[in-house]
Amino acid sequence: MNKRSSWALPYFIFLVLFVVLPLLLILMYSLQDASGNFTLSNITKFFTDKDALGTFALSIEVAIENTLLCILIGYPAAWILADNKLNRSAVTVVLFILPMWINALMRTLATAELFNMAGIQLGKGTLLFGMCYDYLPFMIYPIYNQLKKMDKSYAEAAQDLGATPSEVFRKVTLPLSMPGVWSGVMMVFMPTVSTFAISEFLTNNKIKLFGTIIQENINNSMWNYGAALSLIMLVIIGITTMLQGGEKRAEAEGGLI
Amino acid sequence: MRTSTKVFAKVYLWVLLLVLYAPIAFIVVFSFTEAKSLGNWTGFSTALYQNLFNGSMQNSSGLLAAVKNTLLIALAASVVATILGTIAAIGIYHLHGRKKNVMTFLNNIPMINPDIITGVSLFLLFVFLGISQGYMTVILAHITFCTPYVVLNVMPKLQQMNPNIYEAALDLGATPAQALRKVLVPALRPGMISGFILSFTMSLDDFAVTFFTRGTIGLDTLSTYIYADARKGGLTPELKPLMSIIFLIILIVLLVINIRQSKQQSDKH
Amino acid sequence: MQENDLIIKLEHLSKEFDGVKVLDDVSLDIKKGEFVTFLGPSGCGKTTTLRIIAGFTKPDAGSVIMEGKDISEVPPYRRPLNTVFQRYALFPHLDVYDNVAFGLKLQKVPEDEIEKRVKRVLKLVSMSDYEDRDVESLSGGQQQRVAIARALINQPKVLLLDEPLAALDLKMRKDMQIELKEMHKKLGITFIYVTHDQEEALTLSDTIVVMNEGRIQQIGTPIDIYNEPVNCFVADFIGESNILKGRMIRDRRVAFIKHEFDCVDEGFGEDVKVDVVVRPEDIYFTTDPAKCQFKAKVNSCTFKGVHYEMWVDTDTGYELMIQDYDPYPVGSEVMLYIDPDDIQVMKKEREFNSFAAKVKGEGRVEFLDTEFECDTQGFEEGEQAQAVIRFEKVDLLDHEEDADLTGNVEFILYMGDHYHLTIKTDAGENIWVDTNDIWDKGDFVGIKILPGDITLHKVASGNE
Repeated sequence: MNKRSSWALPYFIFLVLFVVLPLLLILMYSLQDASGNFTLSNITKFFTDKDALGTFALSIEVAIENTLLCILIGYPAAWILADNKLNRSAVTVVLFILPMWINALMRTLATAELFNMAGIQLGKGTLLFGMCYDYLPFMIYPIYNQLKKMDKSYAEAAQDLGATPSEVFRKVTLPLSMPGVWSGVMMVFMPTVSTFAISEFLTNNKIKLFGTIIQENINNSMWNYGAALSLIMLVIIGITTMLQGGEKRAEAEGGLI
Repeated sequence: MRTSTKVFAKVYLWVLLLVLYAPIAFIVVFSFTEAKSLGNWTGFSTALYQNLFNGSMQNSSGLLAAVKNTLLIALAASVVATILGTIAAIGIYHLHGRKKNVMTFLNNIPMINPDIITGVSLFLLFVFLGISQGYMTVILAHITFCTPYVVLNVMPKLQQMNPNIYEAALDLGATPAQALRKVLVPALRPGMISGFILSFTMSLDDFAVTFFTRGTIGLDTLSTYIYADARKGGLTPELKPLMSIIFLIILIVLLVINIRQSKQQSDKH
Repeated sequence: MQENDLIIKLEHLSKEFDGVKVLDDVSLDIKKGEFVTFLGPSGCGKTTTLRIIAGFTKPDAGSVIMEGKDISEVPPYRRPLNTVFQRYALFPHLDVYDNVAFGLKLQKVPEDEIEKRVKRVLKLVSMSDYEDRDVESLSGGQQQRVAIARALINQPKVLLLDEPLAALDLKMRKDMQIELKEMHKKLGITFIYVTHDQEEALTLSDTIVVMNEGRIQQIGTPIDIYNEPVNCFVADFIGESNILKGRMIRDRRVAFIKHEFDCVDEGFGEDVKVDVVVRPEDIYFTTDPAKCQFKAKVNSCTFKGVHYEMWVDTDTGYELMIQDYDPYPVGSEVMLYIDPDDIQVMKKEREFNSFAAKVKGEGRVEFLDTEFECDTQGFEEGEQAQAVIRFEKVDLLDHEEDADLTGNVEFILYMGDHYHLTIKTDAGENIWVDTNDIWDKGDFVGIKILPGDITLHKVASGNE
């Protein structure tokens, strides 16, 4: 019995080598100049680089807007899907999750083409729409899951105690479904900040997001600055994860099948 | 509940689905016409499908190689991830206290990290270790982000499993290896299968991690191929039928799995 | 007892999990063909002992001897004994037949012989018609039978059973008890059984081993254990009992509830503090003033099926439980007596709390990982001492503030006019408390000891 715990050892070594060490390397590279000497210049460069700061701010802005949009559209959908009286079919739920499994690049390209055909100018509007389209299933699914596993007797108890349907929703259902909303936020917010390619396609390269400038720096062999930008992203991930235990996202994604 | 609410709910869901599926439907529809650019309908034709299968399109070897690479990488990564993740899950399940917390925490990192961080960090690792990038590094990178999901899918099966069945097998004379093969694996199989499918689809879908770890040997998966193709301006028309076929396969597989699962559940009740 | 009558010998087994001692020097001889039961509350070490015998857990110290050979290092799959697990542990992916045949298939026994033996053993457990059934479709009782069949088919010399009936309902449990007993008789092999259900242990066993806190408390036949418990724990755990403080006046004469009684115990000495156990069915009502030993007033009476359970207040202020076939009205004055045979006198395990302490300075002493104020006159700083606190001088609080340390109520004993509690401190030490307040098992308590209630005693030098 005690011996079986040692079965975790190979994976532990794997994780150290392919997860912990690489993250430490981001830290190391971001604190070095091209010839390997210690420097803070990569970090200071970011904070004095107007373009980078602007992209960063725009990325956060787009991510917040996208997350809010996803909640606004996704919550009612999740709520309807989870309600036995409104939706009895498991297939409808599958249809909502299904787009998650299709290559995001393909879907984005198709969306961009659709805009083109409809004669809509590619720009921030189409970026937001496309992002929301890409990430909506990731918001709907965790909220749906949370609502589905919620004990119906809470709502019944509230009704029994005299709450009107809207009060039941505001005072019982909504607070109890918040963990699902938070997992959804985790699954939408950070990926939005970090996307590249998607934003390029949706705006015809007019708008760059933070992910794109990381990619450009790495691709142009500016590894140290690229690492520093990644480090800044890691810090934000650290903060958002601390705010909302990271297992949530994992649980939500892991339960997809 | 009032009928108006019901009608409103139904309409809301279906409008949303319509919007969600519009781009996909768009691709499928325009896969049946010959025009080069999307949205240009020049009459019904299966020419693109024919081109795709008989290889008579421009640069067909590149696209076919990308499809082959995508499938091979997904297969290799998900097989290794399933084995590694299952063994790890058994180990983590039997850990206690701080060690268990550390392992759970480490296992969560790849799931929390956005793809770009996973990609960049692994790119730096391979650069740092002086490993030349190619198939191996892409597969290793895919194993890194797939294995946590296998662990996550196998863990509930371990929790549902009677903790004594492994010992019962030993008690009846099975060696640890026999007990693993004859008792543990069958009990964990559903979790391993969903972990495998999840890994496979995630690997198929991946773009960012592959992009950073494929090196400069010209290795393309479907995602990187599409990316390069789109940046060149103008998609290879044969991608449309290809995407349509992939979409159809995924649709069928997922529907079958889910319907079978909900059937099993209703059977048990 | 002859050595070759023995099948299993446990020698000084000890085991710790995460620094908590779950087995503390357990030694036991088990005879061939015996039905031995390990009985005790959860966490007493009974299951750990069984798992050590089966080979799933390695002891930190001590050894398991089977038929004269030390099998401590033999892996479970090579030990000639089989286990019936708690909650059965049937393999969910195999049907009844394949579950039972599992062991034989591993041994590569020919298919036709496997079939013969599976049929035979399924008949033994009355499950002949269920061969092709999916194990998850079976009821709890049926799964239990399959689990027993699966363990028996390897023809083990010893069958280990880990709370096998715990998941069954009461009626089913009673039926299975009878069947197990018959099976044991028919097979003639040794059964080692683990349970927390005292009634089950009394019904089934040839020998009962009562365990608590990792130690064997008493070994004996069911009748010995019931009639002559060796300490308060055993008396309280097995059946209902009145446990009372008493004083041995001389041989065959004991005082408790402020009355004197004749008894049959001797050898305790004169004027010695003891504990006394009287079973509720051993206190008799009488109308004959000559027979009456003490008077009491009935304060409650409840019908329990076969008998009535009554609580009475004695004329000396103690509360006793009595079981009788006839009810007496609440409020009535009754005359009572106890036969000398029915009074069980036990040596007192402890008379006060005593902890190894270290003088930290003027008026300060440390024990139980906590610093206390107390009179340290005659002691030097850094000196080792023994801190003594009387049971009734330990105060229990329901909150942490003002408390010197905290713990949980581990064990409650009602002593007729007060409760005797065992509190496990957060550091894992026991502290005993006499109180009139009512606490529940598992309650979180704050512990407070006033400076004046701690007395320090010198320890003999070199005895640190």
